Amino acid sequence: MTSIRSKARGRQTPVTTASASRSPQSLTRRFSARRAKEQAIRFALFLCALLSVATTLGIIYILVTEAAIAVRPGSTAFFQDVSLKEFFTETRWTPQFAEKHFGVLPLLAGTFLIAGIAALIALPIGLASAVYLSEYAGPRARALIKPILEILAGIPTVVYGYFALVLVTPYVLRPIFQDWLGFEVGVFNAASAGIVVGIMILPMVSSLSEDALRAVPQGLREAGYALGSTKLDVSARVVLPAASSGIVASFLLAISRAVGETMAVTIAAGQTPALTLNPFRSVQTMTAYIVNVSLGDTPAGSIGYKSLYAIALTLFCITLAMNILSQFVLRRFREVYE
Amino acid sequence: MSRADPTFQSRLVVRHRVGRLFGAACLASTWFGIAVLAVLLVGVLWQSAGWLTWDFLTSFDSRHPEQAGVLAGLWGSLWLILLTALFSVPVGVGAAVYLEEYAQQGRLTRLIQVNLSNLAGVPSIVYGILGLTVFVRMFGLFQAGAKEVEVSLGVASVEIPLPLGRTVISAALTLSLLILPVVIVAAQEALRSVPSSIRQASYALGATRWQTIRHQVLPAAAPGILTGVILALSRAIGETAPLVMIGALTYVAGTPGDISSPADVVRNPQGLLQAPFDETFTALPLQIFNWVLRPRTEFQHAAAAGIIVLLVVMLAMNAAAIFIRHRFGQRIRW
Repeated sequence: MTSIRSKARGRQTPVTTASASRSPQSLTRRFSARRAKEQAIRFALFLCALLSVATTLGIIYILVTEAAIAVRPGSTAFFQDVSLKEFFTETRWTPQFAEKHFGVLPLLAGTFLIAGIAALIALPIGLASAVYLSEYAGPRARALIKPILEILAGIPTVVYGYFALVLVTPYVLRPIFQDWLGFEVGVFNAASAGIVVGIMILPMVSSLSEDALRAVPQGLREAGYALGSTKLDVSARVVLPAASSGIVASFLLAISRAVGETMAVTIAAGQTPALTLNPFRSVQTMTAYIVNVSLGDTPAGSIGYKSLYAIALTLFCITLAMNILSQFVLRRFREVYE
Repeated sequence: MSRADPTFQSRLVVRHRVGRLFGAACLASTWFGIAVLAVLLVGVLWQSAGWLTWDFLTSFDSRHPEQAGVLAGLWGSLWLILLTALFSVPVGVGAAVYLEEYAQQGRLTRLIQVNLSNLAGVPSIVYGILGLTVFVRMFGLFQAGAKEVEVSLGVASVEIPLPLGRTVISAALTLSLLILPVVIVAAQEALRSVPSSIRQASYALGATRWQTIRHQVLPAAAPGILTGVILALSRAIGETAPLVMIGALTYVAGTPGDISSPADVVRNPQGLLQAPFDETFTALPLQIFNWVLRPRTEFQHAAAAGIIVLLVVMLAMNAAAIFIRHRFGQRIRW
């Protein structure tokens, strides 16, 4: 073989590369620099993709080892010092006082009070604007309004916190609820936080619901009109139920975002944990507590520091559960059309 | 019932009236969002009237609200964006290329996709805790502040503290992890929009897979990828919670590497290399956060001016992204 090759090239010296040691028709694997380079590149790209999995595993590992099960010798996890029963049933959260109580209920109450107010604002208004954009608006109006709502979604959360503290509380809440109706509205209150978080998640509800509504095929609407329905009948009784899985999924995602919101509630709602339903007093959410501890001087390894990880683990579990639930709802109940 | 039935007719009128009310309610809801945005912008502009001066942009923070400025925040945010882009773009685009071009549609790929959507929904403060433990403290493997590795690069030497501590690079790595899912999804969309005929033509001419990606697919998808990256970075610039967790100080009167003007870049190249490992830095949203929380109300005006600066920067980045999408996205005719 070697001689045939050299004769073909007009050379007398034998060709000694590795490729010449086998026949040209051989289909067995042979070392090739180009192929090795391709494999190396593929492996490097695979590692990049694996980094996202590593991130998730890292988050879970860190939260679990600091909060639940200690792996480093000599250090204890949070839940080894504080029982789960106390964590979930005690009604006071005072890890930084001399007399320490570790009941998470006030923080949960604060988080869900604000998320509840936000949902009360964002879900109906977001859904209604999604219905308008998909059923009533023409393409020009849609092209104009959608980017404006996207801008709302892109505003940083500190701006919303500023908005709540400086504009909503003095000019909206105080005139209506304190001067007119007689409630006591504090400088930091849950209502202003809830309102601005609601405004923040409004574009999310609107755009995801609109996608779900527009995915409903036109044939269903036309069939409704053919049977003599008005536009309201078609929109509310045909299209909305057909898109309900996507709409519910968007609600869950928006609430999960509201639960995880940090800066706006830290600025607007204050730092006093309170197990209350009164929206006009200061409450502390889980996220605000985490910020509060990091801004302070809690020494690493102390119980106050470890409570940070316990709260973060709780928060992570709640948002993860809601995200997974929304994906499940989307997949399980989605109507598949021809 | 015939059409002329009076009950049907009167009910139909009512139904149409209710329908119009419903349409009006939907329209009002849409306008609510726009109205809120307008009120917010007008309010911030009004509060910042007279406070957004050139001195504001070129001075450091101060105990007196009239002398406070965002210079430290601007430089800190600039360094953060540059380093974040440096880390997140290669990894994000690489991951997207793998998921779109190389991966078989099996369980592992699906797992990675599901994982990405879950990561996108994790609150930013959890990323802050991740960054705190992995980059700042490095799992406690090193004693705090014990070691400093000197890396000499010929012209200058750089001191890298181990563990990384509250440095610019820890914050940038954390922010990169935060926006990584967004970058990957955006890059995937851009890669998906390249028609397969281009890839098949390239294979038909004998190119390998990497040659196809490098010379055909990536250039074609580049505008879309760039747009997605710029939008992700404009989101990163507004993130405060991870920076607070990392421990970035809020009252800072210096900039990374002591570079506080373009002239310093030329005068002090050592600072340029040392800057990522510097601990004196702050970011624009952090300064705003600090000002909003200070009890003296004069600082609210400084906060409003800082907000205007931040919004202008984000608007510029978004406009650049849209411009790129329009200008280069349609160049390629399939």
